[in-house]
Amino acid sequence: MGSSPETEHPVKALGYAARDSSGVLSPINFSRRETGNEDVRFKVLYCGVCHTDLHSIKNDWLNAKYPMIPGHEIVGVVTEVGSKVKKVKVGDKVGVGCMVGSCRSCDQCDADQEQYCSKMVATYNSHAVVTYGGYSDHMVCNEHFIISWPEDLPLDGGAPLLCAGITVYSPMRYYGLDKPGMHVGVVGLGGLGHVGVMFLKAFGVKVTVISTNPNKKEEAVSKLGADSFLVSRDQPQIQAAVGTMDGIIDTVSADHPLTPLIRLLKPNGKLILVGAPTTPHDLPAFPLLYGRKLVGGSLIGGIKETQEMIDFAAKHKITAAIEFIPVDYINTAMERLQKSNVRYRFVIDIANTLKSD
Amino acid sequence: MAKSPESEHPIKAYGYAARDTSGLLSPLTFSRRATGDKDVRFKVLYCGICHSDLHFVKNEWGFTTYPVIPGHEMVGVVTEVGNKVEKFKVGDKVGVGCLVGSCRSCQSCANDLENYCPKQILTYGFPYHDGTRTYGGYSDHMVADEHFVLSWPENLPLDSGAPLLCAGITTYSPLRHFGLDKPGMKVGVVGLGGLGHAAVKFAKAFGAEVTVFSTTPAKKQEALEGLKADHFIVSKDPEQMKSAASSLDGIIDTVSATHPIAPLISVLKPDGKLVLVGAPEKPLELAAFSLIAGRKIIAGSAIGGLKETQEMLDFAAKHGVTADIELIPIDYVNTAMERILKSDVRYRFVIDVANSLKAP
Repeated sequence: MGSSPETEHPVKALGYAARDSSGVLSPINFSRRETGNEDVRFKVLYCGVCHTDLHSIKNDWLNAKYPMIPGHEIVGVVTEVGSKVKKVKVGDKVGVGCMVGSCRSCDQCDADQEQYCSKMVATYNSHAVVTYGGYSDHMVCNEHFIISWPEDLPLDGGAPLLCAGITVYSPMRYYGLDKPGMHVGVVGLGGLGHVGVMFLKAFGVKVTVISTNPNKKEEAVSKLGADSFLVSRDQPQIQAAVGTMDGIIDTVSADHPLTPLIRLLKPNGKLILVGAPTTPHDLPAFPLLYGRKLVGGSLIGGIKETQEMIDFAAKHKITAAIEFIPVDYINTAMERLQKSNVRYRFVIDIANTLKSD
Repeated sequence: MAKSPESEHPIKAYGYAARDTSGLLSPLTFSRRATGDKDVRFKVLYCGICHSDLHFVKNEWGFTTYPVIPGHEMVGVVTEVGNKVEKFKVGDKVGVGCLVGSCRSCQSCANDLENYCPKQILTYGFPYHDGTRTYGGYSDHMVADEHFVLSWPENLPLDSGAPLLCAGITTYSPLRHFGLDKPGMKVGVVGLGGLGHAAVKFAKAFGAEVTVFSTTPAKKQEALEGLKADHFIVSKDPEQMKSAASSLDGIIDTVSATHPIAPLISVLKPDGKLVLVGAPEKPLELAAFSLIAGRKIIAGSAIGGLKETQEMLDFAAKHGVTADIELIPIDYVNTAMERILKSDVRYRFVIDVANSLKAP
């Protein structure tokens, strides 16, 4: 007889799960493994709501396993550590992002790029093993995938950095778009985009926000510190900015044309995709050749650089702009997220609102 | 009244030109400017035929003005130099590739990347600084600004070296720039034509392990035995492609026909690079997640700057890299163009200009 989520592991746990592709979340009693030698167990304080959570619970990518407990922007306080754990101790503040495991022996793992390991284990809805995410009362995770939380980084505003933050920080570093004086565009002003603007400004980069929504200009410039704003569907605005950008971080996961963005790049410019539309893009070859431009992708970041990003954020006082919600608001939050109606990340106050009956 | 090609400049010249979109070439008497202070004038010995010549004479890119004299893989011997010329003297062997001018003041020019200058001047069919149109190497002689003239290494054959001036630099440049030039790297080459065979030769000279991707199974023997590629994969065979999944550091894609790139992205390792040097007309279909899931890139690259073209020629001379050519008399050029359309050449035609182009 197969075991249920409630009985498969010895330690009881409580969370919010989607049961089918309607994506509606409701309380679930489940269970987690005991704290192994290399494990860190922690009480979840807060968990960010990532757009990936929404895609996943609705099975947009056709890989959902139900019941699904999402959440991969998790912060909390350590309650127990295994005997071999060195990184943290009971009482420490910690975070867990999008990964909880990898093979630890391939070229990618050796290069601290666990996210590209072919056996990477996602924090929730992973393929080979069943994992449950941070919309839950506590987590247990291998030490390697635990992020130490800096003293001076707020937990609630910092939680979204564990996915949104690293997703934009990593390509800025890897593709060299982090040099003072560079000019970089950010396409889309949502969870990823707003954090992207803040990191780029901290690097000393000149930032242009590119959006389809003219109403976002005010906050892009006044609140987030962007240097300029351009409406992507406005031909004259695009024309005026042709050939001016060293790079562009494209956070948009809705369908949108790449050609105007490629034209904005200087020679040797880089268009980096971190959002993934479900339908393929049309990629014209000529604009890439005449300018030696590139289109690259990037997926979250490795654990080492996630820690580096969190420490950088603490130093430069970068936190996400959040709307703090009780867990029973989550379904409304998902509806609003679908309509991009949030400035810019929901964060669930797990510790204070996820209660057993 | 507009001047004719024959009278617009003081020095008589003759060549082979296309006069209309049929692309058929025939003798043309025209003229070139006098040798300016910074100019190098040379007798053309050989000129390679690039597939771009064919696109251009048929006005496939929409900006051809007739008559057009193609040819941007030309080598020859200097007959006159301007009094400010420092690098060359009469009797030197030289080459000219795809560019004869640029703005010389933008960021790209300052970085020795004249090929990315927005005001670059192509060797043929383009307005020069003086407003007249440029004429290429299917002609008896050439005059060009010293900056755009390449010094020909002593031990590099002129005839089989000529195609390096376009096909060679077009594949050498991205192998260098994208770091695919380290010994032991695994590099793919898509398409085995003029560009493809040059890419294989340079990649092998860099010490790479080379896989050729082709839709033509019959090319396997020449790829492995003739060009010394290490592997050969028929790109339309899913099983063969699957066996190469996630194995390559980079791929140089020379194919200009429309083709799917998703299978090529899948054979790249994480951080792998797909570089397009052929220019398909229609957009390619790109699934963003295929790049995201492995931090892969697709880039374009077009010829190379003058400094790196010289570096490429010197490298080719040192490592014995030359093109595989079929030497032809100039009156064979129309047949050659038809054969290029059918990919019926191993791998570049080179016109024996000096011995077959006769004064009218």
